[in-house]
Amino acid sequence: MTATIASNPASRTTVAAPGPARRRRSKGKAPLQGGNVLVYFVALVVIALMLAPVAYIIFGGFRTNSQITVDPAGLPSPWNVQNYLDVLTGGVFWNQVLNSTIAAVVTTLGVVALGLMASYVIARYEFRGRGVMYSVFAAGLMFPMTVAITPLYIVVKNIGLMNSLGGVILPQIAFALPTTIIILVPFLRAIPREIEEAAFIDGCSRLGFFWRMVVRLAMPGVITVGILAFIASWNSYLLPLFILNNEATFTLPLGVQAFSSQYSVDTAKVLAFTSLSMIPALVFFSLFERRIVGGLTGAVKG
Amino acid sequence: MQVRETTAPELDATADLETTGGGGTTPPPPAPVRKQPRKRISWTTRLEIILLAGPALVIFVAFVIFPVAVAGYYGFFSWQGYGPAVDFVGLRNYITILQDPAFHDALLHNGMIAVLSLVFQGPVAILLALLLNRRIRGQSIIRVLIFVPYVISEVVVGTGWSLMLQTNGALNGLLENIGLGGLAQDWLANPDLAIWTLMVIITWKYVGFAVILFLAGLQGIPEELTEAASIDGASFWQIQRSITLPLLGPTLRIWAFLSIIGSLQLFDLVYIIWGQYVSSTAGTSTMVTYMVTNGRNAGSYGYGSAVAVVLFVISLVVALVYQRFVLRRDTEGALTGKGGKRG
Repeated sequence: MTATIASNPASRTTVAAPGPARRRRSKGKAPLQGGNVLVYFVALVVIALMLAPVAYIIFGGFRTNSQITVDPAGLPSPWNVQNYLDVLTGGVFWNQVLNSTIAAVVTTLGVVALGLMASYVIARYEFRGRGVMYSVFAAGLMFPMTVAITPLYIVVKNIGLMNSLGGVILPQIAFALPTTIIILVPFLRAIPREIEEAAFIDGCSRLGFFWRMVVRLAMPGVITVGILAFIASWNSYLLPLFILNNEATFTLPLGVQAFSSQYSVDTAKVLAFTSLSMIPALVFFSLFERRIVGGLTGAVKG
Repeated sequence: MQVRETTAPELDATADLETTGGGGTTPPPPAPVRKQPRKRISWTTRLEIILLAGPALVIFVAFVIFPVAVAGYYGFFSWQGYGPAVDFVGLRNYITILQDPAFHDALLHNGMIAVLSLVFQGPVAILLALLLNRRIRGQSIIRVLIFVPYVISEVVVGTGWSLMLQTNGALNGLLENIGLGGLAQDWLANPDLAIWTLMVIITWKYVGFAVILFLAGLQGIPEELTEAASIDGASFWQIQRSITLPLLGPTLRIWAFLSIIGSLQLFDLVYIIWGQYVSSTAGTSTMVTYMVTNGRNAGSYGYGSAVAVVLFVISLVVALVYQRFVLRRDTEGALTGKGGKRG
């Protein structure tokens, strides 16, 4: 209860975030309905099922291979941090973390910047071809990267970006644009025209309004698309698989796969490597989970 | 995602109003967008539009539209991925694909996965979303935990699950520990089981996404409706069945759409867990694993492009049929709803 209320003020500052849901939350303290024991029981079972495989990966990293062989489903006894230390002190892991971070951060910044600019045009400018522009981007949803991967590889190869992070980043930005624009346009449309008019009267130009007001007012939407782009990039596998063949440029997903085939007999170490590689996305998501739900509310409601 | 369907017609509607409008009896012009009549736009505005939308358009065309077009071109060649494509083979790639039993298998698996995903995830996700939409203690932490599998990368999920499901892995070990050793199976390689194993993993991984969407949809349902019903004496489950679920309809249909398209594109999980060779014998190959195995890994980029085109056409047909027959009424509803909101 406290959690839901505490998180409200942050989202209430939004101009664009759709209202009714928030209003209803802040009304607060309806009496708890019956059947609570059952509800909690179901919730616990679900959480256990959701977390068991993750727990297996994390705990497995704290075991030794002999422990795993003797009892595959047991808990670590004694706990053994050597696997994690090996991974953390080796250069391979950090190199891949760096690559993944660069790819994810640049992708996110690129998607947010380009997506926000294009969405602003679509949402707030009047011109012939606006609908066409929107449809072109929206049509991008029909082209998931999977479908275009082979020719995409050829394109990237022809412009000389093979084995470089740029060859991953640019396509990732391009393929994240449709979702981004579809989520951001309603946010930008919802900015009251009065604010814009007031800004113009005060001598603000269209572009000035964009930099000073729009970017800030659209923050909830921006955060949503930013997180989605970050996580998608952090986890992306197919594109790096095609583009990055040189081990020095591997991102974490490629690294995890390479590591697990290279050390296939050393299960415990593979598990340690795997569990370390999922931490950043998890942290990111748990920090911003509410924003993602809020942003999607705007997009889904239409 | 619904926005995509609604907005294009909505723009048209706006244009209609502009041209036909003029009957001045309508209440105060609601939408600021149509306030000024469309006038010739100035050069500075034009420059701004180019400056703002240009970079996104360039990148989008270069890395999304162009490659897709290129795929259509290379699909007609037998091409190894380097040098100019000269060996024009016409429709031979496509004929080979459509006659290849391995591709038929892959298509069948994709179809099974699409249907079973809806059947497995839908009910579970609805129940979870209803549960999480109630005010219970620890609600936000439960939400985060349910979404954990969705956030973890396919590679991590695949690596973890394949270690767990090995014949000497944790699941069989657990069964043995609790005295059910007889149930131990070769979960991954047994062709009768593998696709069901895959379905369990898919459900585990993606149910969180469905829950996110449904929660977002549930938040759009006005509290007044459920309050009124509960004052009239409706029970919790009656309210859910008669009010919440019908109003959640549009969200459900969009989720189903995304889920079907996602199922047709499934690759990472299968490729990580089963690898390029095992997936076809274990009965879990998909169209994309087929494409990667027979295209990139075989060095036949022309053939791979042709598979991509087939995959795209199949996705497109499915999407169009779905939009035509399932999403259409949502589009209409959303359109009128939108007008109402504005007016």
